[in-house]
Amino acid sequence: MEKEPILKLRGICKYFPGVRALQDVDFTLRRGEIHALMGENGAGKSTLIKVLTGVYVKDAGEVHIEGHEGSVNIHSPQDAQNLGISTVYQEISLCPNLTVAENMFIGREKSPITNWAKMNKRAGEMLSALDIPASPTMQLGSCSIAIQQMVAIARAVDMECKVLILDEPTSSLDEQEVEKLFKLMRDLREKGVGIIFVTHFLDQVYEVCDRITVLRDGGLVGEYVIEDLPRVELVSKMLGKELDDMAEIKSSESDEEAEAKGDIILEAKGLSSSEGIKPFDFHIRAGEVNGFTGLLGSGRSECVRAIFGADRVTSGTVSVNGKQVKIKKPIDAMKAGIGYLPEDRKRDGIVSELSVRENIILALQVMKGFFKPFSRAKAEAFADEYIKLLEIKTASSDTPIGQLSGGNQQKVILARWLLTNPSYLILDEPTRGIDIGTKIEIQKMALQLAKEGKSVTFISSEIDEMLRTCSRLIVMRDRKVVGELTGSDLTQGKIMSTIAGGDNK
Amino acid sequence: MDKAKIKKGGLSDTNLLLLITIVVFFLMYALAVAFLGQGFLKPQTFFNILNENAALIILSCGMSLVMITGGIDISVGTLTALVCMSCAVLLDFKGGNVTTAVFLALGIGIAYGIVQGFLIAYLNIQPFIVSLAGLFFAKGMTTIVNATQFNVENEEFKALKAIRVYVPGMGSINKKGIYVPAYVEPGVIIALVVVILLFVILKWTKLGRGFYAIGGNQQSASMLGINVKRTKFCAYLMCSVLAGIGGFVYFMHVGSGSPSHAAGAEMNAIASSIIGGTMLTGGVGNIVGTFFGVLSLSTIKNIVSSMGLDESWWTNITVAAMICVFLLVQSLVLRRKAKLNKK
Repeated sequence: MEKEPILKLRGICKYFPGVRALQDVDFTLRRGEIHALMGENGAGKSTLIKVLTGVYVKDAGEVHIEGHEGSVNIHSPQDAQNLGISTVYQEISLCPNLTVAENMFIGREKSPITNWAKMNKRAGEMLSALDIPASPTMQLGSCSIAIQQMVAIARAVDMECKVLILDEPTSSLDEQEVEKLFKLMRDLREKGVGIIFVTHFLDQVYEVCDRITVLRDGGLVGEYVIEDLPRVELVSKMLGKELDDMAEIKSSESDEEAEAKGDIILEAKGLSSSEGIKPFDFHIRAGEVNGFTGLLGSGRSECVRAIFGADRVTSGTVSVNGKQVKIKKPIDAMKAGIGYLPEDRKRDGIVSELSVRENIILALQVMKGFFKPFSRAKAEAFADEYIKLLEIKTASSDTPIGQLSGGNQQKVILARWLLTNPSYLILDEPTRGIDIGTKIEIQKMALQLAKEGKSVTFISSEIDEMLRTCSRLIVMRDRKVVGELTGSDLTQGKIMSTIAGGDNK
Repeated sequence: MDKAKIKKGGLSDTNLLLLITIVVFFLMYALAVAFLGQGFLKPQTFFNILNENAALIILSCGMSLVMITGGIDISVGTLTALVCMSCAVLLDFKGGNVTTAVFLALGIGIAYGIVQGFLIAYLNIQPFIVSLAGLFFAKGMTTIVNATQFNVENEEFKALKAIRVYVPGMGSINKKGIYVPAYVEPGVIIALVVVILLFVILKWTKLGRGFYAIGGNQQSASMLGINVKRTKFCAYLMCSVLAGIGGFVYFMHVGSGSPSHAAGAEMNAIASSIIGGTMLTGGVGNIVGTFFGVLSLSTIKNIVSSMGLDESWWTNITVAAMICVFLLVQSLVLRRKAKLNKK
């Protein structure tokens, strides 16, 4: 029984300077269904939503909406509202200086005169119907983020909408509030509203949705009925790896015997941070390469940032070589012999105006103290040594690092940490955005370090890379450690099913 | 969820700041009465503050509007001078009458508002820059219209200027024992009407609430379906029109045109708005607060001069101190409120 379509997008394209954000995307929403829009970061979900809500204007394609002849043009959020499309955005887009009731009604009253009594009364009814603990006359800014989000939802729901878009509405809600939202969504589905639901949480998708559309790299992967798409397949579609391929790839270079030999270098117990990581345990042995894997946003980087003290640690202990250490700031971690190559090279890594030499000696200089500078000759010796060792392509050690290619910048940062001679090095996405040759060199470097008896944690979005380098993988989902894979379990299929979790064989 | 957990609405930031302003004004006036003697108790002393500042009240109201949207308009002072000079020259012509002068004042305001509003709202140019250009333009135009000060001799206008509105039941007995009723000038009536009108617009109309929404978060306001450009345009248009009206009220008060009229009035308007609880960051403010802001500002000036410190730098330093104290009190109170809310 096919329900009638309420919203049809055909061949939507959207370009930004140098980026193809959406390429020929089709999307169909039917009356009375909850439709999940899935994809990794950068897949084009948000762009598609913004085209639909009039924040961006599409470059090509057609939008058909029930009750309107032909393709409609949406040029502004008002247009979208008038067409019956209402939206709850991921970041709260309400005005904090207005009252709760005003935020629910502003921009959509017909009369130019504001009737406060009537507005507050209706808002009060809505709030109590949805069980939102807020008073209509409260200033929105004085409510908690979760309540603000619920107010945004109440506003969207109250509009006479045909299409309701929920763009990651649950990220700031707790479990009970999510339950309330789901109940609300099911009620609206009964009333024939079409709901587009964007979320990173797979469990939530399988709990409420009827259909899934997957996007990847700005293109459409496909539309599926939820029963026909097991979690593993959904994950493989999002990541762009076919299950058939996975079966064939067997980790040929399995040097499993290397593991579990050395002493435990670092051990973390019950560690959690201000970035919302659930407490996790972790250890690494000398001569081991292990890795954190999971979808983007699953908390891979946050885990290692907690170990390194880059985020505020809220609980748990870390011991290095059996001795408990206090790591509050990165410098504490550095003194304990930990190095960290950050995920975002441009933001956290390079100092682009400084020369290659200065960038290389930066970490060592910090450990030594800024008031005891290295002599020029010594600094040059260090820099030249590592430029040669890592084959960094630069005109000279005086060249500003900003002029180097991404791969060479990454090598400079790597050199910076190698120079401090850490016993444990964390590499967070060291291969992102650099050419294949350098990627392989960096992977080799990680293995080489392990052979020398050091420990390395390697994080990458590319599962192949992880399989090639790591002898133990810690799998994360929704900011929780959900599994640990070693030895013969280290296959793409197994990793994906662990990432997907839930009802899998 | 249990109902007990729901917090009552309480005071919004806007109303809280208004309350502070009013309390401070009355405290200040009471102190003036206590330490500087009975002069401040005479009703006419208070009404003279209104007479002197009717134009400033109107300018400050316009300023508050654009400040609530998160913008600023620094052209209103020189625009006032331009209106005074233009009206003065018009009335000096044969056949120039008061009605055409009023229309001229309004026309200048509307023209200014359309140009500045268009540049700011539709072309997205910084309000500060646009109104800075407006400031210089008005200054130049005033001198082109007439380079020197001159008094208006038009009989009709002189009659208008001489009108006194007596306040019923108010008055005092002078040294000779004769009862002198207290009066206000017509400009004060206009200023009060403006205050009431704008209060109503800001509180009860879609347009007025749109000003607050834009000042709170422009992007959100747009996503909530508010026509941001049109609303902003309206704010600057209203501000300039009010400067036109304020200019005419100023003209009625002084009865002359001069390039140096209302010099620095835009800064006084900004100061009054801030003292009245309007925040430069936008989204928070109240017209009644602005009204009391003007009163506070001029009362403190009066106090300083009745203390015999008549040099202008004393007044300026006192005003500076007052703005600092106000901002300090405001930020302390708001921070405390935010803390209480978190609990």
